[in-house]
Amino acid sequence: MGGFLKELWAYMKIRKKYWLMPVLFMMVLFGGLIVLAQGSAVAPFIYTIF
Amino acid sequence: MRILGISAFYHDSAAALVDDGVVVAACQEERFTRKKHDSRFPRLAIENCLAQGGIALTDVDYVAFYDKPLLKFERLLETYIAFAPRGFKSFAMAIPVWLKEKLFQKDLLKKELRRNAPDFDWDSRLLFAEHHQSHAASAFFASPFEDAVVLTMDDVGEWATTSAGRGHGNTLEIFKEIHWPHSLGLLYSAFTYYTGFKVNSGEYKVMGLAPYGEPKYKDLILENIMDLKDDGSFRLDLKYFDYCTGLRMTNARFDELLEGPPRTPEEQLTQRHTDLAASVQAVTEEVVLRLARSLAAETGARNLCLAGGVALNCVANGKILRDGQFSKIWVQPAAGDAGGALGAALTAYHLNQNQPREVNGASDFMKGSYLGPACSQDDTKKRLENAGAKFRVLDDKALVDEVAQALADGKAVGWLQGRMEFGPRALGARSILGDPRSATMQKNLNLKVKYRESFRPFAPSVLHDDVSNWFEIDCESPYMLMVADVREDRRREMTDDEKELFGIDKLNVVRSEIPAVTHVDYSARIQTVHADTNPRYHQLISAFKEKTDCPVVINTSFNVRGEPLVCTPEDAFHCFMGTELDVLACENCLLIKEDQDPALKEDYKNAFELD
Repeated sequence: MGGFLKELWAYMKIRKKYWLMPVLFMMVLFGGLIVLAQGSAVAPFIYTIF
Repeated sequence: MRILGISAFYHDSAAALVDDGVVVAACQEERFTRKKHDSRFPRLAIENCLAQGGIALTDVDYVAFYDKPLLKFERLLETYIAFAPRGFKSFAMAIPVWLKEKLFQKDLLKKELRRNAPDFDWDSRLLFAEHHQSHAASAFFASPFEDAVVLTMDDVGEWATTSAGRGHGNTLEIFKEIHWPHSLGLLYSAFTYYTGFKVNSGEYKVMGLAPYGEPKYKDLILENIMDLKDDGSFRLDLKYFDYCTGLRMTNARFDELLEGPPRTPEEQLTQRHTDLAASVQAVTEEVVLRLARSLAAETGARNLCLAGGVALNCVANGKILRDGQFSKIWVQPAAGDAGGALGAALTAYHLNQNQPREVNGASDFMKGSYLGPACSQDDTKKRLENAGAKFRVLDDKALVDEVAQALADGKAVGWLQGRMEFGPRALGARSILGDPRSATMQKNLNLKVKYRESFRPFAPSVLHDDVSNWFEIDCESPYMLMVADVREDRRREMTDDEKELFGIDKLNVVRSEIPAVTHVDYSARIQTVHADTNPRYHQLISAFKEKTDCPVVINTSFNVRGEPLVCTPEDAFHCFMGTELDVLACENCLLIKEDQDPALKEDYKNAFELD
């Protein structure tokens, strides 16, 4: 997880997307709730989204 | 320096091995797992590439992945923000997949790679290329050109849906992009969905359906759905689409504009559906032609390289060729995402590691696209014996002669020779062959062998030296990615009654000397066969020509509908026994259907999910 967060920080720095941080935080929080609320993550096959 | 390229996790997982700039091996995972468009980590494809290179994973200098997951996630998030609160349902479905798996693709890749090389320093050896960079690299670095314009078009990568670049020597610079959600590939996919076919696999059916229709909706599309500029750049009016936030490609406004709901997969095809297919095909050709013309004018380049899923639209490719803006066009045979594995490896080698590239001016770097596994004659013999097959072992000349005679006698022949093809097309290594002169061959192959009621004709393989005697084209098309017309003097005019026929009935009318490979508009999807890349296939067609005076054979993929191309002699034998193929030539082993044990026949028709 540490490696991933480092990557994420590097990405935001290079792409200058710091504004995504609060959005990301909220979305991860929200998404985390959805994950907890369901059993498994099965993707329907829509290329553009997944 | 050895680089292993990987594409995975979306569709068509694949691996490719590049050693000092030479493409050693490349293959798709689906061929090994027998699951069409398999998107899982390509473990078996990697193993096979390494085995073909005679190396272990630890001997590889770098592994390159074909896209950048974080940038894709960025697009996803920004799209949801832009459309919020619409798209919640889609968000609720997508986000768990990303949070649980896709966001951590680098870790997932490292975990998979560590299985075979636990002590390797994957943190510094794992590289990532952008999706369209990978496509562009697979098109230019594998091409025979020292200098070329590169055009890539597909559904979407990270952000780019279309990109243009300039390749020179070992450099490649992307200088223009069209970004999501404006996408030519997605427009085509939207019509694929709307005409009742599967998105991401049924696009070629829309292309095959187009010649039956009139492009009646072309102006409507260009006036309402797409704002197309003179230079080929475009924007889509998103109010007609659902793909940004929903779970369908199009919406009710799209239905209203085109005056009807989408066709369901089981619904009968009508003239309206063929007109829709013809219209989106005409729009696609218009976009591609304008892009090609503006790039030619802007850069002055004489060579064009194409890749990305839209580059598999061989009808559009043929139009660019005939337009004459470029002297030469080269299309990556694995133009879809599988080819991204090769592109990622070549990006790492030439761009990241700044390694030289030497073109010989004549041939490309794809070796005819015969980059997959092969099976030696001894191994083939053993495997067939174990499978219970009855066969004769012939020398090369006798094999070619007997198969050519079988073709001339109207038999359907399974042909497994040498290394398997990389990319979606069978090119004479894993092919089903037939006599194109036969008026009934097309119907027989469709119904008894391929199990499809197809409105598409089969493709011809023709000796390269003879191509211009039969088709209106005088250049190479080794990868079956160019469409050209059957020469006028080889055609037969349809009567007025015949012109009134529709669909497969029209296709069954004899329209040329080679009816089985002639589409209703007299076009054909041509593969030129070359002695230097596939000598045995060249010998076979030459032998067929000697017997019949016809240097053309039907070439369709060695599989049934929904099945990946056969890979091993066992796969070929199962397909042979499950269909009404008459003859099977596996390396030097010749199998005749009547000689086989009837108990080994199997129900093959329903063995695979339909595409």
